[in-house]
Amino acid sequence: MNIARRTFLKLTGGAGALAAACAAGLVSSGRVLAANWNKAGFESKALADVMKSLGANGAIESKDIIITAPDIAENGAVVPVAITSKLPNTQQISIVAEKNPFPLAATFDVSGGGEGYVSARIKMGQTSDVWAVVKADGKYFTARKEVKVTVGGCG
Amino acid sequence: MAEPMKIRATLQGDVADVRILMLHPMETGQRKDSKGQVVPMHFIQSVVVTHNGKIVLDTQWSQAVARNPFLGLRVKGAKAGDKIGVTWVDNKGDKRTDEVTVTPAS
Repeated sequence: MNIARRTFLKLTGGAGALAAACAAGLVSSGRVLAANWNKAGFESKALADVMKSLGANGAIESKDIIITAPDIAENGAVVPVAITSKLPNTQQISIVAEKNPFPLAATFDVSGGGEGYVSARIKMGQTSDVWAVVKADGKYFTARKEVKVTVGGCG
Repeated sequence: MAEPMKIRATLQGDVADVRILMLHPMETGQRKDSKGQVVPMHFIQSVVVTHNGKIVLDTQWSQAVARNPFLGLRVKGAKAGDKIGVTWVDNKGDKRTDEVTVTPAS
């Protein structure tokens, strides 16, 4: 029983519509909206715990992952981060800001046919390394880049 | 109430460059208001992007995503006229769906 999914259905009251969507094969039952939100990962306070929740322990550093982020971010409330993965068969991309109160910022599942590219804007509390954790072909790879933050965005 | 998203999907070769701007406060649960009360967490937890009804990107977000979130992605094998749909759900169960058509590069 997936508790998060139950809560979601209760909150939205959209059970009927979702059931219809599932029946039509549009949404596979395991991947209904917010159904598999990585609660453990998003509530972890240490980098090691985040890696564990992603199943990315012992991930290999890769040069095929490119993090596009500013060297110095003047405003920590809006730090644009783009991640390009040139690894074949990229399935999942996560953005982790190491020294944030809760380091895991976002996970993107691109296995449905998207390209190995995502871009988003995150908040950063202080200067820290930004990690990209990429799952490709069942294996985990990482890359990191330091972003200096002048004014933190968590207060 | 959920505000409409701004979505742009432009074709570049056979790849659609999709840019989405959502309007959402994305409260972290760490900020205090003028009375010193903690502003409760309110953030988008999940965003799903579909291409002609098929899921191409399934994201999970935390409160560390910036206010009024931007999301950029590229969809392979797209054609002009294809439908790109975006749905987000926040931690209060509020949600919003918008759809656009892929336009050829000008």
